[in-house]
Amino acid sequence: MLKINNLIVSYGNIKALQGVSLEVKEGEIVTLIGANGAGKTTLLKTISGLIAPVSGTIYYSKNEKNSSLNHMAPHEIVRLGVSQVPEGRMVFANLSVAENLDLGAFLRRDAREVRESLDKAFQLFPRLKERVTQNAGTLSGGEQQMLAIARALMAKPKLLLMDEPSLGLAPILVKEIFETIRKINQEGLSILLVEQNAHLALQLAHRAYVLETGKIVLEGPARELAMNEEVKKAYLGA
Amino acid sequence: MQFLQQLINGISWGSIYALIALGYTMVYGVLRLINFAHGDIYMLGAMFGYYVAVFLGVAEHASGVRVLSVVLISMLGCGLIGVGIERFCYRPLRKAPRLAALMTAVGVSLLLENGGQLIFGADPKFFPPLIHTREIFRFHEIVLNNIQLMIFAVSLLLMFLLHWIVMKTRMGKAMRAVSFSHDAAGLVGIPVNRVISFTFFLGSLLAAAAGILVSLSNPKVEPLMGIMPGLKAFVAAVLGGIGNMMGAMIGGLIMGISEVLVSGYISSTYRDAFAFFILIFILLYKPSGLLGKTGPEKL
Repeated sequence: MLKINNLIVSYGNIKALQGVSLEVKEGEIVTLIGANGAGKTTLLKTISGLIAPVSGTIYYSKNEKNSSLNHMAPHEIVRLGVSQVPEGRMVFANLSVAENLDLGAFLRRDAREVRESLDKAFQLFPRLKERVTQNAGTLSGGEQQMLAIARALMAKPKLLLMDEPSLGLAPILVKEIFETIRKINQEGLSILLVEQNAHLALQLAHRAYVLETGKIVLEGPARELAMNEEVKKAYLGA
Repeated sequence: MQFLQQLINGISWGSIYALIALGYTMVYGVLRLINFAHGDIYMLGAMFGYYVAVFLGVAEHASGVRVLSVVLISMLGCGLIGVGIERFCYRPLRKAPRLAALMTAVGVSLLLENGGQLIFGADPKFFPPLIHTREIFRFHEIVLNNIQLMIFAVSLLLMFLLHWIVMKTRMGKAMRAVSFSHDAAGLVGIPVNRVISFTFFLGSLLAAAAGILVSLSNPKVEPLMGIMPGLKAFVAAVLGGIGNMMGAMIGGLIMGISEVLVSGYISSTYRDAFAFFILIFILLYKPSGLLGKTGPEKL
């Protein structure tokens, strides 16, 4: 569904990604783990079109149709079915919860279908319904994360990129968010999950990649990686 | 008594400043750029209005439809020019340091002023009276004429319309989202460039409307007429809190009223100086402006 080949991204003279190749197949949860500054966020930003790569290809296929995401504007990538829950949540703090969700469906025209998605979002996160008229900036961190996920789902994506959804949340909330990720995956959404919380991420994901200073150093089924001695030492604190 | 008369004149000018200030503040909201060419869009509004009015022969045969076409055609023309300026002058510099875009804005402003002198001629033109002035209210020596009332009413109507667009429509919500963060807006599927174009379009419409409204009572139209009102509207936007729409409206009214009071009670020589005194004062003591940061709606 998503196929990245030899992707190189740099900020000025600094190479952030040095030839990353990665794949997400339909229905999978793939996690990308790695330390701060390894290039995880850069990779997601590049897939979403916020950063232009120096070289390499990003292919996305849906219904047998293959399209290159290189040189596409962020909103066009969303239109194809690739949404992102960005790092730090980035909910529109100056807009209400309802407005945030409505903007998530910016590219959709069918009001009835949008309404259905909204109902589904509230089913997934009942807490958002209680806060629907509140400004997103006044929500707690956990609620903002829920809103960010719900907003991304409003675009009806086929592939969801998630950047550190557990960041700064209480353990109980992290569990809740991860439960939700499992649930939306079971409903058919493919997920590329970037996480620092490698322990949880490896439990949840089907496959995993380990990114170190811009390079993929390990990959494989998540369960195997969780057993790997190096991964244990570096990321699982064992 | 005289004070009330001054207040009427001040509100009338204040609504003009408010209309122009809204354009500054909206563009600042989505691009963090002071569009110094904005005052010249106001000039172009008046200039286009003049040519369309002459072309349609409104002076000889004024009719509601013709007057309305003058207004709408010039507004539309300015809207498109505003969009063009962003597309060709500011967008290529989107990722450049902010100073580069700011200098470009000054450059575009100079281009419009001097290009205007080249194309339209430097001599003032007489804007045909689209509407004839008449008193509609007199109490002792206080006079309110129809044009003053119209300036106020039309400005108010336009501001309500704008408020509705920004608060209620999806495009308006998208404008507020883009003002929060281009990246976050793009990631939810908002076409950021189109939203920015739309913002320039709206702002330029309002400036053009202001240009025509002013020409109804001050019929002297010339290519440099946008400089002072543009600067004062900029001060109004800063005074209200740049990026804040409600602030721009309030700032505009304060500017208009205080300016008329200064020229009425102190000396008209200090009229323009006072505007810059306000700017210096606000930058020294409350740089975020009256409604900055904590205002009801940031754009």
